Amino acid sequence: MQIGIPDDAGPLVAATPSAVQKLGALGYDVVVTEGAGTAAGLPDDTYRDVGAQVVSDRAAAWECDVVVCTTVPDDVAERMRPGTMLVSRLAPAAHPDRVRALADRGITALALDAVPRISRAQSLDVLSVLSNVAGYRAIVEAAAEYSGMFGGQVTAAGSTRPATVFVIGAGVAGLAALGAATALGARVRAFDVRPEVAEQIESMGAEFVSEPAAQQQVSADGYAAPLTQEQLAAALRLYTREAAAADIVVTTALVRGTAPTTLTAEAVAAMRPGSVIVDLAAPGGGNCELTVPGERVVTGNGVVVLGYTDLPARMPRHTSELYGTAVANLLTLLTPAKDGEVRLDLDDVVQRGMTVARGGEVLWPPPAVQVSAGPPAPATPQAEEAAPGAAPGAGAPARRRPAWLNGALAVAGAVLGGLAVAASPAETVGHFTVLALAIVVGFYVIRSVTHALHTPLMSQTNAISGIILVGALLQIGSSSVLVTVLATIAAAVASVNVFGGFLVTRRMLRMFRRTDDDGDTTARNDAGAAGATEGSAR
Amino acid sequence: MTTTGLVQGASVVAAVLFILSLAGLSRQESARRGVNLGMAGMALALGATIALALVRSERPAGVTAALILLVLVVGATVGTWRARSVEMTQMPELIALLHSFVGLAAVLVGYGSYLTSYPLGHAGSGAGADTVHAVEIYLGVLIGAVTLTGSLVAFGKLSGRLKSAPVTLPARNWLNLGVIVACAGLLAWYLTVVGPASGAAAVVPLLLMTVLALALGWHLVAAIGGGDMPVVVSMLNSYSGWAAAAAGFMLGNDLLIITGALVGSSGAILSYIMCRAMNRSFVSVILGGFGQKAGPSSSDGPGGEHRETTAPTVADQLVAARSVIIAPGYGMAVAKAQYPVADLAAKLIGRGVRVRFAIHPVAGRLPGHMNVLLAEAKVPYDIVEGMDEINVDFAETDVVLVIGANDTVNPAAQEDPGSPIAGMPVLQAWHARDVVVFKRSMATGYAGVQNPLFFRENTTMLFGDAKDRLEEILKSL
Repeated sequence: MQIGIPDDAGPLVAATPSAVQKLGALGYDVVVTEGAGTAAGLPDDTYRDVGAQVVSDRAAAWECDVVVCTTVPDDVAERMRPGTMLVSRLAPAAHPDRVRALADRGITALALDAVPRISRAQSLDVLSVLSNVAGYRAIVEAAAEYSGMFGGQVTAAGSTRPATVFVIGAGVAGLAALGAATALGARVRAFDVRPEVAEQIESMGAEFVSEPAAQQQVSADGYAAPLTQEQLAAALRLYTREAAAADIVVTTALVRGTAPTTLTAEAVAAMRPGSVIVDLAAPGGGNCELTVPGERVVTGNGVVVLGYTDLPARMPRHTSELYGTAVANLLTLLTPAKDGEVRLDLDDVVQRGMTVARGGEVLWPPPAVQVSAGPPAPATPQAEEAAPGAAPGAGAPARRRPAWLNGALAVAGAVLGGLAVAASPAETVGHFTVLALAIVVGFYVIRSVTHALHTPLMSQTNAISGIILVGALLQIGSSSVLVTVLATIAAAVASVNVFGGFLVTRRMLRMFRRTDDDGDTTARNDAGAAGATEGSAR
Repeated sequence: MTTTGLVQGASVVAAVLFILSLAGLSRQESARRGVNLGMAGMALALGATIALALVRSERPAGVTAALILLVLVVGATVGTWRARSVEMTQMPELIALLHSFVGLAAVLVGYGSYLTSYPLGHAGSGAGADTVHAVEIYLGVLIGAVTLTGSLVAFGKLSGRLKSAPVTLPARNWLNLGVIVACAGLLAWYLTVVGPASGAAAVVPLLLMTVLALALGWHLVAAIGGGDMPVVVSMLNSYSGWAAAAAGFMLGNDLLIITGALVGSSGAILSYIMCRAMNRSFVSVILGGFGQKAGPSSSDGPGGEHRETTAPTVADQLVAARSVIIAPGYGMAVAKAQYPVADLAAKLIGRGVRVRFAIHPVAGRLPGHMNVLLAEAKVPYDIVEGMDEINVDFAETDVVLVIGANDTVNPAAQEDPGSPIAGMPVLQAWHARDVVVFKRSMATGYAGVQNPLFFRENTTMLFGDAKDRLEEILKSL
């Protein structure tokens, strides 16, 4: 089968030479329109080198058996032959007429922006790729617009403070933005209505702005659910407060294609002149009331509002590379026999989810798919359009007891423990104090033990729990023969523990060695590890 | 200054030394110092205790001293012999056995303490200890007895003397609950009869409870399968600590309480880490029976063609590779293949190949078991990496050797929500360019789940004893 790579309207190209190579290995012949990769820094020769056929006829690529592109022209159905296959971003929810037209022409259409959000499909998910790139580019644009430096500088004539960046929504785009901003040295704060992402935000070096009143329960499908009125109001107050204190605001709230308002006109009015807002939700109308999609706007008080909708296309090399990898991964999935023939399997939830038209029928929307790692929840509408979703590989813990139950158990335990102590004589109370403190100390001491030393740790604890020997020894001197006999046996087994445990721990630890330990190199029969320089004497 | 005062002072120092000892074990660099501190603490505590025992001795001090000497000689001889002769592959059994010793000592000390406080046949002559002391003895014996039989069963399973498959009695959870309720009932009975004048009467409920607790310990561990042993062994480690702490309560000895609590929390943390690595709750592991349900995996059950390879082919692959990751599992320990593995790694490193080891937290039958085996074979610990560190690197790896591991490299854990091990973090070996699996047959692993990794197109299988196959590869290099 032939795969066609037409030249797209934008600077992006759907397959880089490395992707073409993978497609070739799957048995496909690849046809690339002349100049398709030029804007992404990929001249035609790089495609010829990997075996692609580069054609100057612009219609030729559209007439292949499979057409792969990044955006589709309005007359896509007419350009393609009936019965062929189209792989592209299609925005099936926003353009039902286009899907209808493709179906009417008998084209099988796979939407790369309708990949179900399950972990197996992650390598196909171009939405997450594009969001990631857009988040990074948002910071680059903001840094260019901002009148100051991101990282604090110490100069001969004094120092500057780092810029404060506030990121709303910690989906793929938000996390990429806060990572990029942190890397530039800014102080980064971020908020998301989904409480489970706090850890991800902190792992990227940013601060999570906590506001329980504006947060909701753990989401089932990786997307934020609609907020209640009270939550909404609390969130808006938080955004206004944080925006006023920030130099840069990046807002990424896009839920299933629609952009809720996060920054009102008043919130923008309260910001400092020279501040920058980057609205990543501009394709859905924008989170900021002053956003004009696709435009740069300067407000009356000197705040720059960027509503660019082409952020990924501003970095065509890497975006194309990642897009091409996703395309190659998809065709690997579609070509189980590696014989250059597509076999679409609609029983597979991933392939079913992406297929929006086939055999004259519109197959959008697909049946619902739950995020595999999420807790059970009522079925929700499907994912579509660029939206901040769960970060790749982030599996929410499957079991989670409600917080109140944990609290109640803790209180019950504390009360019972307290009663037990209260009923005991003074001497025993002292023992309980010692016990509690020792448990706490033990917890902090053991928690930092590296995994590799767990076995030595166990044999060492074994040895020291032989301290029960102390109790047995004190009983040996008893006047009762029975007690002496019992104590002697107890002391004997406990002392086996003491001696055996310590010695075996020492023996194990002597085995652990680093690459550059050469204490007994002579004893080793091989020439030693890489980079170990032997002394001239040996 | 009295002997007691000196002993108390020594106890405080010993307790601090034990804490420092465990803290030292947290890093490779300070681990050996940690052991030495622990030994110093133990020597101090024992020296002081022996002095006290001789002062307090109710019979001629010479007899007591002779008995103590005898005991220490026996312990030192047996302990040294075991520590010297044990093979590193048998480490889990040894540790389980040592746990049972602590349990046995706790039971015996408990009875000794009872007999000291309430001597048989001398009704009315006892020390007249209070109810709290009676409860302390009861609990100490209970925990000790559970630890004793539980550890013995774990020892039996790990050493192959008992079948490692879970024993699933009908209504086993109700049985356990019933035993616990019965023990509580016996406690009530015991408390009504115990007292300075009780004589032999209160021994009856104490003995009955001991029998029940021994049965409970046996049944608890018998119901858990071999692959969950890392959790069981660390749980028993924890129990042995609590047994020592309970003994501390009954003897009024703070050093025992501190040490017991340290060991108890150590074992509890290790169990928690192991459970998290299997994505299962502690309760589900302890209740046992895992891997017995008749393969409820996803409808179709991944099948297909696997491809066999030969040792010379693998040798060629390895020589051509730039980076290699070796993922060992329990199978490596069974085949005692750690030495050829280490030789292979050293040879490849000598040829300029980047070689690393990937260790899953629950690989083997003991927390950290694989690390010890590799260390024994002189693999430097800085090329042995944990799952989280190395998982990102598989995609850039040319060859992964999976040696005797199965469930810990199963992609179904991440890709098949219907799989019994869904959600368990695994080594993502399948992202590498080539995967070679060393295995004796196509049988499933502990979880009873088929492994789709074996049927991937970048996977080849090398059947047979891992040690023999590795030696063939070494010859072909």
